[in-house]
Amino acid sequence: MSEINGHILTVNDLKTYFQTEDGVVKAVDGITFDLARGETLGIVGESGSGKSVTNLSIMRLIPEPPGKIVNGDVVFDGIDVRALSIDDVRKIRGKRIAMIFQDPMTSLNPFLKISTQLMEVTQLHLNHTKEQAYKHAIKMLELVGIPDAENRVKSYPHEFSGGMRQRVMIAMALSCEPELLIADEPTTALDVTIQAQILELIKDLKARLGTSVILITHDLGVVAGMTEKIIVMYAGKVFEQSPTKELFSTPANPYTKGLLKSVPDPAHEAGTELYQIPGLPPDVAHLPPGCPFAPRCYRAEEICREQFPPFVEINPNHRSLCHFAEEVYAESVRESNEKKFINKQTEEIKIETNTI
Amino acid sequence: MLNFIIRRLLIIIPMALLVITLTWILIRMAPGSFYTAEKKLPPAIEANIKKKYGLDKPILSQYGILMSNIVRGDFGDSLKYEGQSVNEIIARHFPYSATIGILAYILALILGLAAGIVAALKQNSSFDYGSMSLAMLGLSVPNFVIGPILVLIFSLWLYIFPPARVGGAISYVLPVITLGAIYAAYIARLTRAGMLEVMRADYIRTARAKGLSEWKVLLKHALRGGLIPVVSFTGPALAALLAGTVVVERVFAIPGLGNIFIQSVLNRDEPLILGIVAFLSILIMVFNLIVDISYAFLDPRIRYE
Repeated sequence: MSEINGHILTVNDLKTYFQTEDGVVKAVDGITFDLARGETLGIVGESGSGKSVTNLSIMRLIPEPPGKIVNGDVVFDGIDVRALSIDDVRKIRGKRIAMIFQDPMTSLNPFLKISTQLMEVTQLHLNHTKEQAYKHAIKMLELVGIPDAENRVKSYPHEFSGGMRQRVMIAMALSCEPELLIADEPTTALDVTIQAQILELIKDLKARLGTSVILITHDLGVVAGMTEKIIVMYAGKVFEQSPTKELFSTPANPYTKGLLKSVPDPAHEAGTELYQIPGLPPDVAHLPPGCPFAPRCYRAEEICREQFPPFVEINPNHRSLCHFAEEVYAESVRESNEKKFINKQTEEIKIETNTI
Repeated sequence: MLNFIIRRLLIIIPMALLVITLTWILIRMAPGSFYTAEKKLPPAIEANIKKKYGLDKPILSQYGILMSNIVRGDFGDSLKYEGQSVNEIIARHFPYSATIGILAYILALILGLAAGIVAALKQNSSFDYGSMSLAMLGLSVPNFVIGPILVLIFSLWLYIFPPARVGGAISYVLPVITLGAIYAAYIARLTRAGMLEVMRADYIRTARAKGLSEWKVLLKHALRGGLIPVVSFTGPALAALLAGTVVVERVFAIPGLGNIFIQSVLNRDEPLILGIVAFLSILIMVFNLIVDISYAFLDPRIRYE
């Protein structure tokens, strides 16, 4: 089926639970999405919302025990990943699906030279000889923009800056030209200026190599310009799923609205307070019976605290987990139209003043 | 790096002299001496003996003579074993301790590392619980208990190994096991803890995400980091093992350095005590230096200047 739709990845009702002393933590509790070849998906959410666990589950990298994928299908290019033996999963890891992790400071092995860490991927998957792998390593470092790659390849990770290390991570991940790249908060640990460079690099390489990308982040600003569609996660659940443009213009979930409102806007008036969602993310081991976001939600009513909300379909591409999804959506549409109207008016006024 | 090694080697000399001085002060401060015997010596003979060994001189000049000899590597003759120099005695007895020590060290490393690594990989398995309980037992039971129990089983019941004394390779088996058991237990626990810590590191997840096999991940990515705590333990441990342990040498009647050391203390044999203390302190300092150097090889982030 995935072949017919041209999907590189299909995830269906994936559930990954962790057994802890505190009880079962439903880190990911039913996530469904698909990803076309060359497409970029953003997964957004606060810490502990299940973004990373989702992607570690795809790669079967969940430490077991305490974790376990209890339900769902992960189909990668027609292959049922969950049914594979661990040896067959290893043939996919690093070769067809590669990952970039959050913290480049700790994600590279401090004991091994950059060359060793780059070479082992291609030696393993592409059967490169040492010389081939070494040359390839230098080529990859050049590709991700590391100056003087020929000499730098012999360095150890601690001799690189944070941004450079993340470039090395990207070089490592792209060594075998994977079909799917999972970038787990690739810019979180970096300076803002370096962030932009790294995102530009991923975008550029994606365009060049035709890789599909899953971009995990808690920063809406990062996904805005990078992705075609977005999944918003909260407490292990998908709260909203929509094409990127639609999510930003007309969100159908109070949580998404809250997130969007908390993004600093350049036009934001100085001295006024930036919006923040009140409260803290819930303890995933002890979720309330109703909507997990209800205690923090501006729209919450009695029903939210008692009944788990439905996953409402706004349109075939846009879904929202909320009792009042339609209403919130309508509100967003109204706001969006008002904004457009105001923009149009200001432009008209501009034009008029110009002609005068 | 070379500078660092030379500097550390040079520091060993004053450190050793300091240790010798402190030991000498302690010996002199303790009541009694080599010449204190149950039978009181006639005053004339005592005076003669004191004169012969320079004990009639003022205390500071005694110290001066002693140190100037020691700096030249001459610890003098033993008081107890007449006509034998301290250096000869150490050279004669050290090989026994060293042989048992090195063999026990190798045994401890092999057993400890293997058990620790497997226990870490199969955390919470029955192997993990079993080997770690055994290690806990090995740590808690003193070797003067393990030794006699081994003798009882393997010598007195099964007649496999001789119960004591040195005579052929077979006589080393029980002392080596007795001595190595505690170290094996310690290394096993350190290895397990070190490996578990490293296996949780982000870069191990990276290595797994590359598609490497679990063995590759372990041997290539985890082992170096996981072994650092083990290395810091095994350096001084080797020095202690080489120095000979009194208990094991006593239990198995081995004429090693540990045995001689205790004898020299009981005999108040001042030159021999000082000689052995100097030898052991230098040994320990050298092994600590080796540990520090090996850190630099294990962890590229450590650089000495």
